[in-house]
Amino acid sequence: MSQTHSLEGLLPVLAGDPEGIVDEWSEIVTQSLRGRVSKPEVRTELAELYRTLRAGLESSDFTELHGLLAELSRARAVQGFSPRETAVSVFALKQVVSRRIGDDLPLGEFLQFSALVDDLGLLTFEAYSQAREQVIAEQAEQLLELSTPVVKLWDGIIAVPLVGTLDSARAQAVMEQLLEALTSTDADTAIIDITGVPAVDTQVAQHLLKTVMAARLMGAESIISGIRPQIAQTIVALGIEFGDIATKATLADALALALHRRQGRS
Amino acid sequence: MDAIPILKLDDVLLVSIQVDLSDQTAMAMQDALADRITTTGARGVVIDISALEIVDSFIGRILATTASVSRMLDADTVVVGMRPAVAITLVELGLSLGEVRTALNLEKGLALLRQAKAIAADEQ
Repeated sequence: MSQTHSLEGLLPVLAGDPEGIVDEWSEIVTQSLRGRVSKPEVRTELAELYRTLRAGLESSDFTELHGLLAELSRARAVQGFSPRETAVSVFALKQVVSRRIGDDLPLGEFLQFSALVDDLGLLTFEAYSQAREQVIAEQAEQLLELSTPVVKLWDGIIAVPLVGTLDSARAQAVMEQLLEALTSTDADTAIIDITGVPAVDTQVAQHLLKTVMAARLMGAESIISGIRPQIAQTIVALGIEFGDIATKATLADALALALHRRQGRS
Repeated sequence: MDAIPILKLDDVLLVSIQVDLSDQTAMAMQDALADRITTTGARGVVIDISALEIVDSFIGRILATTASVSRMLDADTVVVGMRPAVAITLVELGLSLGEVRTALNLEKGLALLRQAKAIAADEQ
């Protein structure tokens, strides 16, 4: 993008009828976006873009234009437009400008302009995919936070209802949050409810065991509840030993056991 | 070398570890504790590690052997106040501290000892 653009012939065309060009441009773009963004909105965006583009061409400094474009495609990515729809917003300018140039303009100059617009289009694509990745990463993080709530069931009894597949990252998050909750709530019993976990393999079982062991080191006993019949069969078939860890069929049973233990202590 | 203070509270000895343990300090603590148990006739030991941020496998083993030694001298041992990060590390290291009893905090640790004593008294 650092090459200089000598567009003496084209600049007057671009400056000749800015309002008309922006009008026509926003007409095409609005059509391609199929009404999901209103025309006045598109027009404001494109007018700003056009102004910056001309300023950039005159000064050969496109920093501001790049920033503006990146912002635009980021907004489009968040709104859920496809990369094609986003890039069309830039490429349509070629169409508009090509209609306005006379025969006297050398072809080379238009090609240069075309290359510039192509570059800008690619830039939107880059910014678009970056923004999309960011959105996905944020969502993954939110999901991780959402998926590991620690609830206080009773005085001294906390529970983690697990829903969905347990992978290493989640199991780690569960372990950390459970242990933190033990210290912050002064609870000495933790119920790990796996009613919502569709499958338990050796790895998941390993994570559960680690969590229970760590809680035990801190002085809290754990109860695993919500083991479905099929999962129980899988666990036995896999040869996993839960040892002396208390397991219960339902959360209610686990709570009853925890309350019973409390009574025994006091 | 820092000496770990051992405080006497009725028939319970309270070992409060406030600095990160070096291997020598840990071994010295084990010796001093065994001595104090015999001289005071203590029936229980509470080791508070809530200030301990780093526990390696050596310190983990010292804690386990200290508990075994104390039990042999007829004093129940409770390790209290382990931090979540420390617990995770020990589990990742594959150390379970054997038969060492644990409690969330000093209060619960003392309650645990009282309870153990009551059960022992019942049995007699």
